[in-house]
Amino acid sequence: MEYNLTTLQPVLPEIFLLSAACLILVVDLFLTEKTRLLTYGLSLAALIGTIAMTQYAAGPAHEIILSGSFVRDPMADVLKTGLLLVTLFAFVYAKDYLRELGILRGEYYVLGLFAVLGMMVMISANSFLTVYLGLELLALCMYALVAFHRDSKTGAEAAMKYFVLGALASGMLLYGISMVYGATGHLVLSEVAAVIAAGNADQTVLAFGLVFIVIGVGFKFGAVPFHMWVPDVYHGAPTAVTLFLGSAPKIAAFALAIRLLVDGLGGLFEQWQDMLIILAVLSLAIGNIIAIAQTNLKRMLAYSTISHVGFIFLGLIAGTDKGYSAAMFYAIVYALTAAGGFGVVTMLSRNGLDAENIHDLKGLNDRSPWLAFMMMLILFSMAGVPPTVGFFAKLFVLDAVVSIDMVWLAAVAVFFSIIGAFYYLRAVKAMYFDKPIDERPLLSSMDTQVAMSINGLAILAFGLFPAALLTACRTAFGI
Amino acid sequence: MTADWPIISATIWLPILGGALVLASGDKAPNVSRWLALIFAVLTFLVSIPLYTGFDAGTAQMQFVEKAPWIPAFDVYYYLGVDGISMPLILLTTFISILVIIAGWEVIQYKPSQYMAAFLMMEGVMVGVFAALDAMLFYVFWEAMLIPMFIIIGVWGGANRVYATIKFFLYTFLGSVFMLVALIYMYFQSGSMEILAFHDLKLNLTEQILIFIAFLLAFAVKVPMWPVHTWLPDAHVEAPTGGSVILAAIMLKIGGYGFLRFSLPITPDASNELDWMIISMSLIAVVYIGFVALVQQDMKKLIAYSSIAHMGFVTLGFFIAFIIMARGDVDSGAVLGMQGGMVQMVSHGFISAAMFLCVGVLYDRMHSREINDYGGVVNVMPWFAAFMVFFAMANAGLPGTSGFVGEFMVILASFRADFWFAFLAATTLIVGAAYTLWMVKRVVYGEIGSEKVAALEDINKREALVLTSLAVAVLILGIWPAPLIEVMDVSIENLVRHIAITKL
Repeated sequence: MEYNLTTLQPVLPEIFLLSAACLILVVDLFLTEKTRLLTYGLSLAALIGTIAMTQYAAGPAHEIILSGSFVRDPMADVLKTGLLLVTLFAFVYAKDYLRELGILRGEYYVLGLFAVLGMMVMISANSFLTVYLGLELLALCMYALVAFHRDSKTGAEAAMKYFVLGALASGMLLYGISMVYGATGHLVLSEVAAVIAAGNADQTVLAFGLVFIVIGVGFKFGAVPFHMWVPDVYHGAPTAVTLFLGSAPKIAAFALAIRLLVDGLGGLFEQWQDMLIILAVLSLAIGNIIAIAQTNLKRMLAYSTISHVGFIFLGLIAGTDKGYSAAMFYAIVYALTAAGGFGVVTMLSRNGLDAENIHDLKGLNDRSPWLAFMMMLILFSMAGVPPTVGFFAKLFVLDAVVSIDMVWLAAVAVFFSIIGAFYYLRAVKAMYFDKPIDERPLLSSMDTQVAMSINGLAILAFGLFPAALLTACRTAFGI
Repeated sequence: MTADWPIISATIWLPILGGALVLASGDKAPNVSRWLALIFAVLTFLVSIPLYTGFDAGTAQMQFVEKAPWIPAFDVYYYLGVDGISMPLILLTTFISILVIIAGWEVIQYKPSQYMAAFLMMEGVMVGVFAALDAMLFYVFWEAMLIPMFIIIGVWGGANRVYATIKFFLYTFLGSVFMLVALIYMYFQSGSMEILAFHDLKLNLTEQILIFIAFLLAFAVKVPMWPVHTWLPDAHVEAPTGGSVILAAIMLKIGGYGFLRFSLPITPDASNELDWMIISMSLIAVVYIGFVALVQQDMKKLIAYSSIAHMGFVTLGFFIAFIIMARGDVDSGAVLGMQGGMVQMVSHGFISAAMFLCVGVLYDRMHSREINDYGGVVNVMPWFAAFMVFFAMANAGLPGTSGFVGEFMVILASFRADFWFAFLAATTLIVGAAYTLWMVKRVVYGEIGSEKVAALEDINKREALVLTSLAVAVLILGIWPAPLIEVMDVSIENLVRHIAITKL
């Protein structure tokens, strides 16, 4: 194909982000500790610029370029915008925390931007190779970010676990991809789907390949039984990294699932639906039950992540466009909520002491009523209590599940979410009903406070008016 | 008929926005937040009065209807309206809220702005529950009630408040989520989210029984019915006075309202099949819980158990309709039973609110709810004693007070159904008098219990205002219940006619 501005317009956001990240990498070399904020500002500008580019290139058409390896469709537009906004919040929250720990290095932002680039490539993937490329770019940046705090033993341990397990899972994914390639003879997802639809592929090899691909997807999400890395990595990584790790990659994992399982292997729906049902129920059960036992806030949120992944899978299980759009709504809403939740934890951390236990939340209503209110909105959104947006996320997924006559699955999901409500209530209880252990006032910079307010109020606003975001998710799937 | 002015929306959103404003006013000048809250509560009550004055008692149609699309993708509308069943309950809510704000004036010293804001927001949400005609809108309001109540009990409650509030939240949440699944299922069966469309939706018996059980879980916990009543004594006892008043006066009625709006009209055949279960649970509540109340040492716990017993009358009144209709009797017996249940709901709202406020008056002074710590209060607080005895008589069901009207109607209707139902229900007249009057005797009369009791001061003007308003309401409703009964008559007759027709 010809490479000029018009033909490359769909991939303009990625090009912009790559250039910006490289520029920031070089600029940061010449900055000192005092002028580090320039890196921070440039990164935010890069993200905002990429959002602008994404919106500029957006449209209703499905554009496939670069020999079928890259696709720009409405789903990609919505997911990329959501991803970039969540990353924006993550970067803002991370700054003060990193500075307190003395690790405010430009590498955090550069690695973060490259990770975002990897996620954008995953979202726009139309070929197995592109998927893997984006996935590995994301993964390698995340491995480095988890180990970012060099003096932390738990950080090093977490990074080691993440790296080894992640490499194993990537290997499984690649193995599955190679089998599907062997069975269908194509790497481009649309062509793979065509071969499967025509019935020309070896069913046994396809089935094996599907299993390994589901394993890869499950690991990326953190679904049971591939969830082992989640609590340790969330706990061990510096909270600024957990914040980024727990929010944005969920959107990318959702895109991974859609591209691989729906766009590529949609013809094998019955097989992977059964697998996902098992993964979903186990994730809901184990995530919610084990979270009750946690006293560390980061671990509790990690296990709650596993339970939310179960809900996202329920949307995928539905197999209808309504179901996929519900799962997308849930993924975006969850990323926003998780960013806020971990953001509060970063705001509480001071003087190098991580405020990562539930008892660090005690008496937050006395120390900072507004922050306590924001955290309450976030926690109730995760529990799925109206009028926060988390309720509607669960509602739409349950709608999709009931529409395919799997009422039992909906009943199981709500049952486990009742169990889940307990640990969120415990955190709210600590904030409002207990006296503070640490009486020091909370100091955070203006941009962090503004970002947290927008984050919390968005959760309430979307809860009162969910139609806007829902329509965006539905048009992404053409309904 | 559609409303010219969005009165219902105003009644819902005015207190919510008022609550936000009160929250923003902060705690630097607490009197500002208190007066602001009072102004908003009074305004809301005034805004809700046209719902009564402009109400057409001759039709069972929904009135003051407002409908606007909310989530078009799922056919969810912002759909509000009232009929003879919901309108009295909305007025009860707005009236009681004023009293709650006044009652918490001096005793709440820790973050009063948050306290007042929580009550105002809860008021708006509770009105929304009564007025919602769209299933999802109803559910959002239903669940949204839990958050302010959770905070109120947990922050300003008694010693064991954390246990009580988490129990309250989880119990109620458990019941509600299964109702959600039932509502979603019916959406897919009917293609619409309107509750009135669910009333007409044809369902087979298995579906009806499952949906009935799902609704039962939600409403039985809310009412509360034996055996899922155990959250109530804890929640009522540990909540601050205002919280107990709202819980007893309004929240319990939301469960009863749920039976009338959902269980009976949507699943009439299942209600018919399982009426024996509800009636036995109600009678157990009336008799057994009455005896449990008799042995309580904590005044608030006693009144809490008495609430459960009184709500047993409500559910009894609702479900004996099926027994009566099956006997081929004149169906005015069925209507009488339901009307009795409704009147009992409104009357219990006033009486239990008053009893909790009386206990609150004593607790503010002595910081004890134990009956043993009191005695001979009449000697030092004669005006208070007058009020307390009056409300105790109303609680026991003395004719002339509103407590009698509802109970009498339900017992009369029970006679039409079965002699033994009426016999068991009528035991409340004895047991209710026993526990209430025995408590009054030990607290108010007799010798002065201790020096602390001797030093008690009588009620001040603020407390007198609150108690007088309630006394007037109880008396008027007791002597002249006609305005209430006329308003709900047509709606209840319509409901009885509807449940007489099988859906199968």
